[in-house]
Amino acid sequence: MSAELEVQYDTLARQHATARLGMWLFLASESLLFGGLFALYAAYRFIYPAEFHAAAAHANVVLGTINTYLLLTSSLTVALAIYETKHARRHRALILLAITIALGVTFEILKGVEYGQHLAEGIAPGGYYSYAALPAHGAVLYFTLYYLMTGLHALHVFGGLCALAWLWVLLYRGRLTPDSHLALELGGLYWHLVDLVWIFLWPLIYLVN
Amino acid sequence: MNALLHHLLNLPPQASSVAREIDTLHYSVILMTFLGVAVVAAITLWFIVKFHRRTEVPGLTPRVVSSVKLEICVGGGLLAMFCIWWVIGFAQYRDLQTPPANAIPIYVTAKQWMWKFAYPGGPASSEVLVVPVGTPVKLIMTSRDVIHGFYVPAFRIKQDVVPGRAITTWFNAIEPGTYDILCTQYCGTRHSFMRAQVVALPPADFARWLDAAKGPLALPGAKGEGQGLAARGHAIAAEHGCLRCHSVDGTPFIGPTWADAFGRRRPLEGGGSVLVDEAYLTESMMDPNAKVAAGFKPVMPSYQGVIGPAETSALLEYIRSLRDLEPTTQVPPPTSSITLPSAGGSARGGSGEGPTNGPANSPARGSEGARDGGI
Amino acid sequence: MAASEPDYLHAKAGIRSWLLTTDHKRIAIMFFVATTVAMMLGGAFAMAMRTKLLLPGPGIMEPITYNRLFTLHGVVMVFMFMVPAIPAVFGNFFLPIMLGAKDLAFPRINLASFYVYILGATLALWGMVHGGADTGWTFYAPYATVSPTDVAPIAIGVFVLGVSSIMTGLNFIATTHMLRREGLRWHGMPIFVWTLYATSIIQVIATPVLGLSVILVALDHVLKMGMFDPALGGDPVLFEHLFWFYSHPAVYIMILPGMGVVAEIIPTFAHKNQFSYKALAYSSLGIAFVGFLTWGHHLFVAGISQLDAALFGLMSMFVAIFSAIKVFTWVGTLYRGSISLKTPLLYMFAFIYLFVFGGMTGIAVASTSLDVHWHDTYFVIAHFHFIMIGGTLTAFLGATHYWFPKMFGRMYPERLGVVSAVLVFAGFNLTFVPQFLLGNAGMPRRYATYPARFHLLNVVSTIGAYTLGAALLLTLTYLVISLFRGERAPMNPWHSRAFEWRTPSPPPEHNFIKPFDPAYGPYAYDEPPDPTLDEAA
Repeated sequence: MSAELEVQYDTLARQHATARLGMWLFLASESLLFGGLFALYAAYRFIYPAEFHAAAAHANVVLGTINTYLLLTSSLTVALAIYETKHARRHRALILLAITIALGVTFEILKGVEYGQHLAEGIAPGGYYSYAALPAHGAVLYFTLYYLMTGLHALHVFGGLCALAWLWVLLYRGRLTPDSHLALELGGLYWHLVDLVWIFLWPLIYLVN
Repeated sequence: MNALLHHLLNLPPQASSVAREIDTLHYSVILMTFLGVAVVAAITLWFIVKFHRRTEVPGLTPRVVSSVKLEICVGGGLLAMFCIWWVIGFAQYRDLQTPPANAIPIYVTAKQWMWKFAYPGGPASSEVLVVPVGTPVKLIMTSRDVIHGFYVPAFRIKQDVVPGRAITTWFNAIEPGTYDILCTQYCGTRHSFMRAQVVALPPADFARWLDAAKGPLALPGAKGEGQGLAARGHAIAAEHGCLRCHSVDGTPFIGPTWADAFGRRRPLEGGGSVLVDEAYLTESMMDPNAKVAAGFKPVMPSYQGVIGPAETSALLEYIRSLRDLEPTTQVPPPTSSITLPSAGGSARGGSGEGPTNGPANSPARGSEGARDGGI
Repeated sequence: MAASEPDYLHAKAGIRSWLLTTDHKRIAIMFFVATTVAMMLGGAFAMAMRTKLLLPGPGIMEPITYNRLFTLHGVVMVFMFMVPAIPAVFGNFFLPIMLGAKDLAFPRINLASFYVYILGATLALWGMVHGGADTGWTFYAPYATVSPTDVAPIAIGVFVLGVSSIMTGLNFIATTHMLRREGLRWHGMPIFVWTLYATSIIQVIATPVLGLSVILVALDHVLKMGMFDPALGGDPVLFEHLFWFYSHPAVYIMILPGMGVVAEIIPTFAHKNQFSYKALAYSSLGIAFVGFLTWGHHLFVAGISQLDAALFGLMSMFVAIFSAIKVFTWVGTLYRGSISLKTPLLYMFAFIYLFVFGGMTGIAVASTSLDVHWHDTYFVIAHFHFIMIGGTLTAFLGATHYWFPKMFGRMYPERLGVVSAVLVFAGFNLTFVPQFLLGNAGMPRRYATYPARFHLLNVVSTIGAYTLGAALLLTLTYLVISLFRGERAPMNPWHSRAFEWRTPSPPPEHNFIKPFDPAYGPYAYDEPPDPTLDEAA
């Protein structure tokens, strides 16, 4: 991802195009990782429709929806940060990137709050589930999948935040220029994937009823 | 031909009604395999001899390219052959999966590392699978712990036994004898010791065995000991409060009646219908709201983890034993004396007078535990 | 080596220049060492298992020890040897050279994939020392979630090994798309590249699902997540679906590169153009795609619906046709050639024989009703060892002999090569033909003890396994000696037209002194070679 031309490439443009292709392939692979969980969710929802319905009614729609807005906005701000970098407005880009990071961090905090609420009620994954008001069968699978899917997603958000923080430092030090900011583009792509996965998770978890 | 190939291929005895035809398909595939290998080897050898390099440094060779037509012929020809095998194989598979209507049921419970067989109206916990020759036998199988594989090489049947499901397979033994039952799905340390035997007896001997085995082989300590599986099923139904919602005389309560239910198609809430068989009944106990009968509310709680596989088998057998009861429309007077079918299937004697079984006394006993609110 | 440029082995010196290299050739050599060690380890487990099975009773080891052994044998052979073997070693070395590139698209990811592999292997090995799982390499739930052994480190190790595999696949796809030499069209690429490309697609798409399913099993085992636990409402058969969604295509990850090797070696030693280039290229893609739709044929007796069984059976027949077309083309390539019977070609004949036999027995178990009797018996063991050992291992050995002069600049001893090829072939058949008969007789797999009537065939099989083991040790020995004592290899000892033989042996650091001209195709044996090529270089 550096600006230097590597020996196996003829031109920098080719090198960057290859990096982008690599990123897309990585994202394809990542979506299949979530795809496996989605398939499990679909199968269990087919087996336990009523239980999933009841359990989803118990999910925290408000926090989930706020989080959706946060992530969507952060996708916009990261795209704008790339745009501003391209047009040599480093200062604005830095602010936009900082907003993106702040939104991501808020997302993670809200996620933690949501987990805390569920755990306090005894809604824990798998064998630790002890919430009496919902039938254990099916509902426990729903909440285990809830923890697995949102947990895996939260890990991805965390990874994305680390990458964005590193990019912010690069930008601050002037290492990303209008002509050479491939790393920022790739980081943005990754952040969009994280956002996209959430767009699938949100209806599956919060809106099924 | 059959005898020769059977011997050469080291196959076990052909002791079930399907073994011979399955072996025949196997012979044709294996013979074609040898033929295919021989043809490829012969052509290769011929090319090696004929086109062997004769100089140290090779010269130019002519450009030879196969035509698309030839490729399609080869591929299409082979595909046609494979598809014929697939059609025959699938037809046989369907037969293997579909027990005949007159098959006698036997319940199989697998656990680490043993097999248990329960007979309707007979011994509830036999370690040997005794079957009559010439009669189809349906095995209704479940596992108590992990996945096991029920395999009788001499019958050419195999079925994974999955916990939480009732899975059936069937066979019709055609030769009296003793055959191995092996576990084929790896199930833990003593997997390779998880063996049992099928003893196929002539029908008369089987009937005698069943009579003799009734008493002493019944599950020790079990409820309803000595009364057969259906009786045990009734006791369990009473204990778990099933009879509070399900009548056994045709009256629709909170849930559908069990009288004359088994083996019939039942319309479902939200359209469609389902055959009431072991699989559906098991599913309805473990996941009651998956397929709710038309006209009823999805209010039954799940009994997964509450009633074990052996109890499930007993309940199934009890419900099955009620299949020929004429449903009555009026509610019979509550009575504490229960006349039970003494044996399952067609041998169900003693209950000729019909629906005198009273459910009304049962709920009181079913009120133990946290589950009683639901049913 | 009259060339002005030093070869890649001598371009830099010191241990750091190896461990931190981004040169795809050096990384390939490191993978070569690592996968060979893995193969020897997996082979040692196999020898111990076969020794145990000399006697029907408990004999020399406890059943649980045997159960751990077959699990370790499977995990090591599948995830540490067969999946990475040909792509990470020969693919890594030759893919850029065959495309006329100086390196892979992402050299640092390539190096990272090696260390991720080492990390995964270390985790799994640590798990083995620590107790060793006894679940089989398939990790079937719910047994894997309640096994008394330590499943988690090995499952996590498999996940990490999968990450390494994805990195390799990603690198190969990007390289094939972006770094082809100018003038090299898709239809001008060597077949080995096509098969690696098809393999990479499977690696990138299917491996994450495997990673997910083994992680779920590890979570179930450690944290009682209960995703597949019937007591909590889970369905164990769902795990089987997820697992085979990867693991059936993974079979093609293991065999497709081997098919590519065959398609390289046969034209070279027959000195003949490919009988049908397009059939070979597109059947590879066909296998990669249709291979995704056949996983259910592992579940015919697991309790799937009849409709599913019918469809999965039919798709399995279709995928077999692509393989049949390949065999047809390989044999056709020999026609009117100029055949030189060297060790690599002998291995390829072994490959074709074993592959046809293994493939046809695969048709047998795909015919649904036959699978009922043969599923989970030694018949299936023999079937997939014919494909995997007969296929991947003979292709690996053939590739090792074929490309040895190019990779190391030395020749191997031809006579010993022939002897070892014949011994490998004989030992292999002696090991696994009896296992077909054992399966017919109904001996289930994963059996620490067995009924006495299976005794004789088990003894024969064990003798075969010892022969195979000895042959492999012999091969390893003379190859290691040849590294130092072998005769110096010329640029093109096999008179091949393929691209990799148009650069010095061993190649310079950036692969070429003068790039090859793709106008002279890799299989154009009907025309004179590139006149500007200086073979004496």
